Amino acid sequence: MFDIIADRFIKLQRKILGYGRLSQKEISDTLREIRILLLDADVNYKVVGEFLRSLEEKLKSEKIASSLKPGELVIVELYKEIVKLLGEKPTKLNLTNQFNILCLFGLQGTGKTTTAAKLAYYYKEKKPLLVACDPKRPAASLQLQKLAERVKVDFIPVKEDIFTTAKVALEFAKKNNNQLVLFDTAGRLHIDEELMKELKEFKEKIKPNYNLLVVDGMVGQDAVNQAKEFNEKIGIDGVIITKMDGDAKGGACLSIRAVSKAPIIFIGIGEKIDDLQEFHPDRIASRILGRGDIKTLIEKVESAVNREDQEKLTKKFLKGEFNLEDFLNQLKIIKKMGSLQKILSMMPIPELKVINFDEKEIIKMEAIILSMTKEERRNPKIIDGSRKKRIALGSGTTVADVNRLLNDFFQAQKLAKLFKDKRKIF
Amino acid sequence: MNIFEKLKGALKKTREKFRGIFFSDNLEELEEILLSADIGTQLTQKLIEECKKFSGDKKEFLKEKLINILSIPYKERFFSSPKVILVVGVNGSGKTTTVGKLAYYYKINHNDVIIASADTYRDAATEQLKIWAEKINTEIVLSQKGQDSAAVVFDAIQSAQKRKKDILLIDTAGRLHTRKELIEELKKIIRVINKIKKSKPEEIFLIIDATVGQNGIEQAKVFKDEIDITGIIITKLDGTAKGGILIPIAYEFKLPICYIGCGENIDDLIPFSPEDFVKAIFED
Ligand SMILES: Nc1nc2c(ncn2[C@@H]2O[C@H](COP(=O)(O)OP(=O)(O)OP(=O)(O)O)[C@@H](O)[C@H]2O)c(=O)[nH]1
Ligand SMILES: Nc1nc2c(ncn2[C@@H]2O[C@H](COP(=O)(O)OP(=O)(O)OP(=O)(O)O)[C@@H](O)[C@H]2O)c(=O)[nH]1
Ligand SMILES: [Mg+2]
Ligand SMILES: [Mg+2]
Repeated sequence: MFDIIADRFIKLQRKILGYGRLSQKEISDTLREIRILLLDADVNYKVVGEFLRSLEEKLKSEKIASSLKPGELVIVELYKEIVKLLGEKPTKLNLTNQFNILCLFGLQGTGKTTTAAKLAYYYKEKKPLLVACDPKRPAASLQLQKLAERVKVDFIPVKEDIFTTAKVALEFAKKNNNQLVLFDTAGRLHIDEELMKELKEFKEKIKPNYNLLVVDGMVGQDAVNQAKEFNEKIGIDGVIITKMDGDAKGGACLSIRAVSKAPIIFIGIGEKIDDLQEFHPDRIASRILGRGDIKTLIEKVESAVNREDQEKLTKKFLKGEFNLEDFLNQLKIIKKMGSLQKILSMMPIPELKVINFDEKEIIKMEAIILSMTKEERRNPKIIDGSRKKRIALGSGTTVADVNRLLNDFFQAQKLAKLFKDKRKIF
Repeated sequence: MNIFEKLKGALKKTREKFRGIFFSDNLEELEEILLSADIGTQLTQKLIEECKKFSGDKKEFLKEKLINILSIPYKERFFSSPKVILVVGVNGSGKTTTVGKLAYYYKINHNDVIIASADTYRDAATEQLKIWAEKINTEIVLSQKGQDSAAVVFDAIQSAQKRKKDILLIDTAGRLHTRKELIEELKKIIRVINKIKKSKPEEIFLIIDATVGQNGIEQAKVFKDEIDITGIIITKLDGTAKGGILIPIAYEFKLPICYIGCGENIDDLIPFSPEDFVKAIFED
């Protein structure tokens, strides 16, 4: 599963990691390669287009452009975009009601009957009832019956039509205390109007808790047609992708969510009743990229970004170039991080760590600096009495507040000078 | 220029950049047709390059190219009685249904047909084929779940010989091409055929689902390399999938496409026509 696409992504990542700077050329090259790679993996070509547009924006961010080692950042962005495409968080079926109904549908031969049995096995503690709702395919009912025997769950064979079958099944389930009823329906094409109408009617009458589309994992560009049509005509609450045990490229996983908005809930990884796996977008994304270590990489990259910024700032500080604008940037970071403790630990000035800020104070400080002109921020010495009055008025604070901030700042600057001089001494 | 126009301009530029990575303008539409039919980037890129050099009607040129690729002659063969047709493929591609349709096809073309169910793995596989046999009114060799499939084939050839049947059609279990031990099982079946028929099976048809993506190429490759399939039947062409994967398959492996399946009824099987197939690719 995903091995072929992962191999190619690994190669691409090696190349990306070698980039010193990410100029327009490197970005275009990277996007071009990703395009081909995704198309070869059967991702729908329209989805690929949108994916690249979104990724390009990320790659052009200030953070990546200014980084000296952009490779890891690029990989993390790529990973995040893939996770986004796969649906971010894993979705679990909520079957906590006393009585739950699942209905499986999809094209011919995708794996509905097998998956119905796998689900019965997976939710066995709910006392499932398997219902053959396929009067069409030869021996479909018998197939499910044999599977039900293997899973050791209750079974209702198909009657003359699906509505009669459903009626019999629901009556049985009520009497027999089955908490979960699984309807296996006949394979149907999304353009078969008659059968789609029948399924819609079935859905409206039976009101399943979840209407699940079963898609063959080896599917190509048609995946989006299936997802789109079933979603528009029936409405899908979730998707199950089967036959992922071979060397399917997995493009369906990447395309379907984008067009149907329905979450992928399980993947089928074999013909046996326990060959069903929960779908975790993050794990799948790291498999697609061939990186089991993606979490560590993200942490590393995120702390490295902060470190790079900090180093730049410290250098500035030590050169005595630290001004109110830098101060403001620090405040912004602090605010984003939310915790005062964290900000303080990040300040390049050890002495500042003991200064007692509170959150309100930070907001006030920010407001004050924001009310200053650029010139004032870069060169706070020019802030005289009348400027102070203006700043206080603009920021809704008092002149005393402005004075306090300036005092703190000048003190910090003095400290910095001291550092600088000390350095000279050594 | 107002903001809206600017935005439109910018969007157009991005569109061009992404869609037109291989080329520009009117070829864009052709590229889209090829890619959305699952023809794949490699062959698409090559075909578009050729279109670029061509100065006439590029669409017609492209159609001709595709028809050429797909025009691999398929000649029916006969080695020794009974003629044996083995049907193989991945799970759910339509093997059993195609065996039923083929049996009907040969029957109305005045052949005495017998079918055998060598799928001893899937639940109710034999019963499914039995219903087809009843529908077409042909004889069938049944099997038990878990039985050795090669043994079923052995029995089937013997009874076909005894009853002087013209054609024996054999349905096999679905198997992914990545499952080595299951491919070995097919080889064993073929060995058994060679042994008692004293010749290879006349046909080994690989059944490919029209909805399949680039994975179809690997399917064709493995089944060709390992068991030397003689032709391809593509199923489910009655849906929205165009089955364009046949084009890189024909291009790379020179395998003839013999029939197409276009429905679930006994007569939904027709001989493959490259012209019609290509026409359908260019239809919306
Ligand atoms: N390798 C593999 N095979 C699977 C998987 N799920 C289902 N299959 C196989 O796919 C084939 C078709 O499965 P079914 O469950 O009969 O498909 P269906 O959707 O019910 O088919 P129809 O009812 O005819 O539309 C069978 O051979 C299954 O054993 C899977 O996850 N992996
Ligand atoms: N619409 C359509 N459905 C088809 C076609 N051919 C087969 N089917 C359907 O596809 C499903 C699977 O077909 P089978 O013949 O059981 O497939 P198989 O390859 O024998 O499946 P396994 O033995 O489980 O691997 C069934 O519901 C068939 O009715 C076709 O040409 N068009
Ligand atoms: Mg079924
Ligand atoms: Mg079969």
